Amino acid sequence: MTGWQMLLYKEVLRFWKVGFQTVAAPVLTAVLYLLIFGHVLEDHVKVYGSIGYTAFLIPGLVMMSVLQNAFANSSSSLIQSKIMGNLVFILLTPLSHRAWFIAYVGSSVLRGLLVGLGVFAVTCAFAAPQFAAPLWIVAFAVLGATLLATLGLIAGLWADKFDQMATFQNFIIMPMTFLSGVFYSIQSLPPFWRQVSQLNPIFYMIDGFRHGFFGVSDVSPWLSLAIVGSACALLALLALHLLRTGYKIRN
Amino acid sequence: MSAVSFQSVCKSYPTPRGPLHALQGVSLEIEEGEFFGLLGPNGAGKTTLISILAGLARATSGRVSVLGHDVQGDFAGARQRLGVVPQELVFDPFFNVRETLRLQSGYFGVKNNDAWIDELLHGLGLADKAGANMRQLSGGMKRRVLVAQALVHKPPIIVLDEPTAGVDVELRQTLWQFVARLNKQGHTVLLTTHYLEEAEALCTRLAMLKSGQVVALARTSELLAQASTNVLRFKTDDALPPALAAMARVTGRVAQLPAQDAAEIERHLAVLRAAGVRVEDVEIRKADLEDVFLNVMAAPAREHAA
Repeated sequence: MTGWQMLLYKEVLRFWKVGFQTVAAPVLTAVLYLLIFGHVLEDHVKVYGSIGYTAFLIPGLVMMSVLQNAFANSSSSLIQSKIMGNLVFILLTPLSHRAWFIAYVGSSVLRGLLVGLGVFAVTCAFAAPQFAAPLWIVAFAVLGATLLATLGLIAGLWADKFDQMATFQNFIIMPMTFLSGVFYSIQSLPPFWRQVSQLNPIFYMIDGFRHGFFGVSDVSPWLSLAIVGSACALLALLALHLLRTGYKIRN
Repeated sequence: MSAVSFQSVCKSYPTPRGPLHALQGVSLEIEEGEFFGLLGPNGAGKTTLISILAGLARATSGRVSVLGHDVQGDFAGARQRLGVVPQELVFDPFFNVRETLRLQSGYFGVKNNDAWIDELLHGLGLADKAGANMRQLSGGMKRRVLVAQALVHKPPIIVLDEPTAGVDVELRQTLWQFVARLNKQGHTVLLTTHYLEEAEALCTRLAMLKSGQVVALARTSELLAQASTNVLRFKTDDALPPALAAMARVTGRVAQLPAQDAAEIERHLAVLRAAGVRVEDVEIRKADLEDVFLNVMAAPAREHAA
């Protein structure tokens, strides 16, 4: 293995060794959401005319789990290493900023996708899945995970303390994921809130992802792809710049 | 070519009360194969200098290179040649000792390194801890792993930042034997320490830092020769007369007085007798590095040429 592969391997090993917390626990959380909301709303809500609420909710929950775990992985790995001080072992190596980016983002995308697969596998028991356009599913899962993993990397570099990270997670990431159309179609919202939702990049990830299952969505998947893709590219450039200049890690 | 070259290195940190000048134009050349000691009180800038060398911090101005590789312009080349033992006792709790070493080896692109890893484990007395999680190790054992991690990619230059702070006698012995062997095999060693007897015993050349400036730079033997030649050492429960108290180094009951020659020793003793000070365990010894260090640190700092 070359240097960057070893760092990627270490980052995968880091979450895999505590897989019960990092993979199994988020799967359980998502299934609880499905049980509760599905039970309460299944008989009352139909989305896009004919889709049952449980079937509608599943892709949203899968994507939400992918995104939250991709973010959690890179951000918690970095903040822990910074606070424990063991980031020094990586700072002392000849690894480039690109190697750091690939390792932290790659491992976080993998964790996000693993959790997403886990949630999907369990929820299949509740509603038979459809795959109207599977390429969209893969494209949005990977792009969305990359975007949130990159955001986690930036937050991990920025935060000096665990409570700053918790603030970032609770006041930015959680509201953005919850208010992105995981639990509803934004067509059901009043016009003002519909417009607000359309400013949230996570809305496009979930909408495009859902399009892959049902072939219908609130906006065109091409528009979603363009927005998610450019947001992802912008954040990746920012993260690479911060890593190259040693933002908050090399004083 | 120098193993390590510092050229007019300055480092200042912004603080609310204006910039703090941690390093003020440090220039040093460390030759290949040297065992070089960097001494100085806390806050003198030793760790800052090491951090700049290792790429953990950036110099405000000046140049630092490792075997000709600039630590900024060619950071990969420089870091590949450096093995740094950090001062803080840090570890990654997710891994055991062998995993830690394999990972560190991999970051430097060194593959199939188990033979060397075994040698390191053996040489540092860690062989029976290879499978233990880092969390379960005592402080001394963690320190040994830090040393092994720094050496895992066989760097030609080894940097030890106060490796024996809070370490027991046995580990110090193991560590110094191991490092001295590596030095004999041709590795350059850069050591910072507070233990002056260690520096005196190990280092061929020394630099002393004070307030971010080099205040002494010479072979260890030359520094020792500069010192006043003798020290009168004794124990007492009484207060020293003022004339002697000013020049004495007092540690608990032990008082030490510098003396150029036998006549000065006799004068000291006469003053003590006249003052009625009862002394025990009197001995005369050669001045050591600690005496030199205290002299150098007591001298007023040179004006820094801005």
